[in-house]
Amino acid sequence: MSDAAVTTMDRKPMPGMMVYNKKLGMWVFLLSEVMFFTSLIGTYVILRFAHPDHWTDPGVVLNVPLTAVNTFLLICSSVTMVKAFASIQQGNQKGLQMWLLATILIGATFVGVQAIEYNALLGEGFGPVLDLYHAVGRGNPHEGPSLGGPLYGATFYAMTGFHGAHVTIGVFCLIFVYIRSLQGAYTQDSLEGVEVIGLYWHFVDLVWILLFTIVYLI
Amino acid sequence: MEEQEEHAHPPYILIWIVLLVLTLAEVGMSLYMNVPKFWLGLGLILMAVWKAVLVAMYYMHLRYEPARLWILAISPLPLAFILVLAVISEF
Repeated sequence: MSDAAVTTMDRKPMPGMMVYNKKLGMWVFLLSEVMFFTSLIGTYVILRFAHPDHWTDPGVVLNVPLTAVNTFLLICSSVTMVKAFASIQQGNQKGLQMWLLATILIGATFVGVQAIEYNALLGEGFGPVLDLYHAVGRGNPHEGPSLGGPLYGATFYAMTGFHGAHVTIGVFCLIFVYIRSLQGAYTQDSLEGVEVIGLYWHFVDLVWILLFTIVYLI
Repeated sequence: MEEQEEHAHPPYILIWIVLLVLTLAEVGMSLYMNVPKFWLGLGLILMAVWKAVLVAMYYMHLRYEPARLWILAISPLPLAFILVLAVISEF
């Protein structure tokens, strides 16, 4: 049986869920991630209901414009990722490599911007450690520091920190896929690796869309 | 028919534009509009969920997958609601 036939055989949907195993495995993994982030977001909602005084208005402590740009970047990286997959669907390996590289660079930039944001916030004393917290404010310097409370920092760093870790892991996985693509590992008949990492990357973007709204804008 | 759908490319750029417009609308609504907190939160969450659904449907290709995968993908959401609603009733 020739290689291509075997590879195509791999991608033939298995009975039951009617998708091939690697994709099904990624989907089940992503569903466990939905549970994970749901518990973080659910806890955040509950804590905010319980202690509304710990939070300030949007933009007073957190830098919304900077993060909006970062959100724009992550959305763009989703487009470059689907372009990469569309390229290999047509057997275009050069296109795959180019769009994968673009996705890696944008993803790394996202993590870099987040590190800059953390550095600025920690410099102002807005930290995850409850007792070292003191209220800071960027909204209106004349009014002095905003009130806020330690739960604000604790939940902020827990949620955005875990997401940032997921993005970082995603960037490393994309680098791995990129190296394999340089070795010609992906063809029109053997593209599961690209599709599966694409699912993960879009999921990371999807989670950030929700986090950005809940943490920064409300 | 499903084979053709799989090769038809979803409107990637159109979806990208919609995501950007919704993001700008969210930021504008949050920073510059004087909306009561409840309606601000509700409006923003609806827009965020809309964006998330677009990403799942078109970028994660759920729209072209068998219905069984849909059911699998949606299954955690009721649990999410139970988690939040069960505890939020405390306050």
